[in-house]
Amino acid sequence: MSQAAPAPEADERVKEMSSLRQALIRPELGGICGTVLVFTFFALTAFDSGMFNAQGVLNWSVVSAQFMIIAVGACLLMIAGEFDLSVGSMIGFAGMMIAIFSVTLGWPVWFSILLTFVICTAIGALNGFIVIRTGLPSFIVTLAFLFILRGFTIYFPQTLERKTIIGGIKDAAEGDWLAPIFGGKIGQGLFQWLGDNGIIGVFERGTRAGQPVVDGIPMLIVWAIGLVIVGHIILTRTRFGNWIFAAGGDAESARNSGVPVNRVKILMFMFTAFCATVFATCQVMEFGSAGADRGLLKEFEAIIAVVIGGALLTGGYGSVIGAALGALIFGVVQQGLFFAGVESSLFRVFLGVILLFAVILNTYIRRMITGER
Amino acid sequence: MKSLVKQLALATALVAAPFAGTAALADGHAKLSYVLVSHAPDSDSWWNTIKNGIALAGEQMDVEVEYRNPPTGDLADMARIIEQAAAAGPNGIITTLSDPDVLSGPIRAAVDAGIDVIIMNSGTPDQAREVGALMYVGQPEYDAGYAAGLRAKGDGVGSFLCVNHYISSPSSTARCQGFADGLGVELGNQMIDSGQDPAEIKNKVLAYLSANSDTDAILTLGPTSADPTLLALEENGMAGDIYFGTFDLGAEIVKGIKAGVINWGIDQQPFLQAYLPVVVLANYHRYGVLPGNNINSGPGFVTDSGLELVEKYAGEFR
Repeated sequence: MSQAAPAPEADERVKEMSSLRQALIRPELGGICGTVLVFTFFALTAFDSGMFNAQGVLNWSVVSAQFMIIAVGACLLMIAGEFDLSVGSMIGFAGMMIAIFSVTLGWPVWFSILLTFVICTAIGALNGFIVIRTGLPSFIVTLAFLFILRGFTIYFPQTLERKTIIGGIKDAAEGDWLAPIFGGKIGQGLFQWLGDNGIIGVFERGTRAGQPVVDGIPMLIVWAIGLVIVGHIILTRTRFGNWIFAAGGDAESARNSGVPVNRVKILMFMFTAFCATVFATCQVMEFGSAGADRGLLKEFEAIIAVVIGGALLTGGYGSVIGAALGALIFGVVQQGLFFAGVESSLFRVFLGVILLFAVILNTYIRRMITGER
Repeated sequence: MKSLVKQLALATALVAAPFAGTAALADGHAKLSYVLVSHAPDSDSWWNTIKNGIALAGEQMDVEVEYRNPPTGDLADMARIIEQAAAAGPNGIITTLSDPDVLSGPIRAAVDAGIDVIIMNSGTPDQAREVGALMYVGQPEYDAGYAAGLRAKGDGVGSFLCVNHYISSPSSTARCQGFADGLGVELGNQMIDSGQDPAEIKNKVLAYLSANSDTDAILTLGPTSADPTLLALEENGMAGDIYFGTFDLGAEIVKGIKAGVINWGIDQQPFLQAYLPVVVLANYHRYGVLPGNNINSGPGFVTDSGLELVEKYAGEFR
């Protein structure tokens, strides 16, 4: 009290750190290392297998983008200290709702999509509300919704249409203004130009002869990148982002310092449901049908991607960029193993080994750079 | 930092080691290569015959063959696998067509990219032609179910239970529908969604039969649903009494036919569905010869007469 504080840069409460070290202490460092490693690995083993031509790149990009969309939601929710195991069932449910509204009931596709978003985010809110109100682990509550939603996804089409796959959405979506935002492609002109100039391959025969093998970037990828950017900015640049970390780090002390923990958590459940619905809508619009078995096990794939990306299962630590890189690693490994020609029955063994390895590496790096024991 | 580098180097070596063998194999570019993509989840044991069939064909024709499937049976994932297979540029792709809405796009793109495609197992000859495939090798599902229904009607069956263990596949439902139409009755609630878990299937069958004790017949759609159903019938004492027909064969089903519990099994001969496309494609690519029609691998009814070879190779090639 008696002495005036010296210059603010010498505050003894803040530990001195070199700028290099500061740059290194990021949750996504493990993800960055993993990404570099995975790409180097496949460049060495599968370079001439078509993995890095236009079609191949699009193939693993789309798969990675799918993981990314659900990983962003799962990541923010996990940082806020909760899980959502109903993501996979939500994907199946959302797709089926769109199909039933637009095909069976014949409502306009844009209305069907918007209504589905409303229903699904409401279910997400319900998930969150039950978790907050009952104090039950979100693991159990969302596990219940995993079964409930999957059950409805089989029951509704079975009752209404006597089948479990509803098709014809492509015809229904013809000329709709909202559908292309999920199922369309962008950059056709650029790819046509690339094809005409022989930079990427063109179809050799059939009705599409002369068209490039990749005719645009699917909106799925645009959505993935968009969600990653928005998620990253919210998490790292806003007050709300700090609340997410606080809610997951120590909910009680966060509450005591005035963070609306309940609201944050419920909003995160809604966001996870939103991401699952984006995934489902893109899938339904691309393939033109909804099936009762869509999205099986996707909840675990989302969680795996997030954990590879450096988030802690206990909450309070993680990054959206890390989760996106985790999704990229997962997608590239999954498709890359096919390109590398790995015996298919051993496929899961390799996947498991690589995932385990990624997580161990990640933990190791995190401990080393943060000095945590 | 030094230990990190060491860790990385060690890890790379560890992960890379098991790949050395496969990478060397992939170098043989002169060999014709074919990829078979199925819609079956990992848990479906019936596809083992397909794997054996394609492996044998690869060996005999001296070509590279690979088998791929979506682990959970998610058809959207299967579409990605077909796109991946097309990007890898094999000489031919052999694939099922269990949902044309999802799969026709990727298959057509593969055909247009210059890859020859043969549709096997699921789908119809018409759908195969529409996506530009060379031919269809398989057993038309509805027709097979219909034929089975007619046969059962001749044996005096009036009501039945269809144990559907793969309800999300339209072709499974088509089998039950065909059977109902062959019998000339409404399908209605006579088809149950049994799931894939053996204990669940057994208990659902038991529950249905105790609630509907006047059921004349049971139709199962493969070993996945037939094996637990056999156990269920043993438990409630209906074995041998109730009329029991099944699609596909497996070790337990063959035993059941022999014991008189199962009246007949419909063999669609999956071995041929995997084996013949490879033979057809290899000869087409080597000598330009191609059979002029689709190939029906089934249906054939297997009863207790002439079971010897079936029994010997059940689950392996039959």
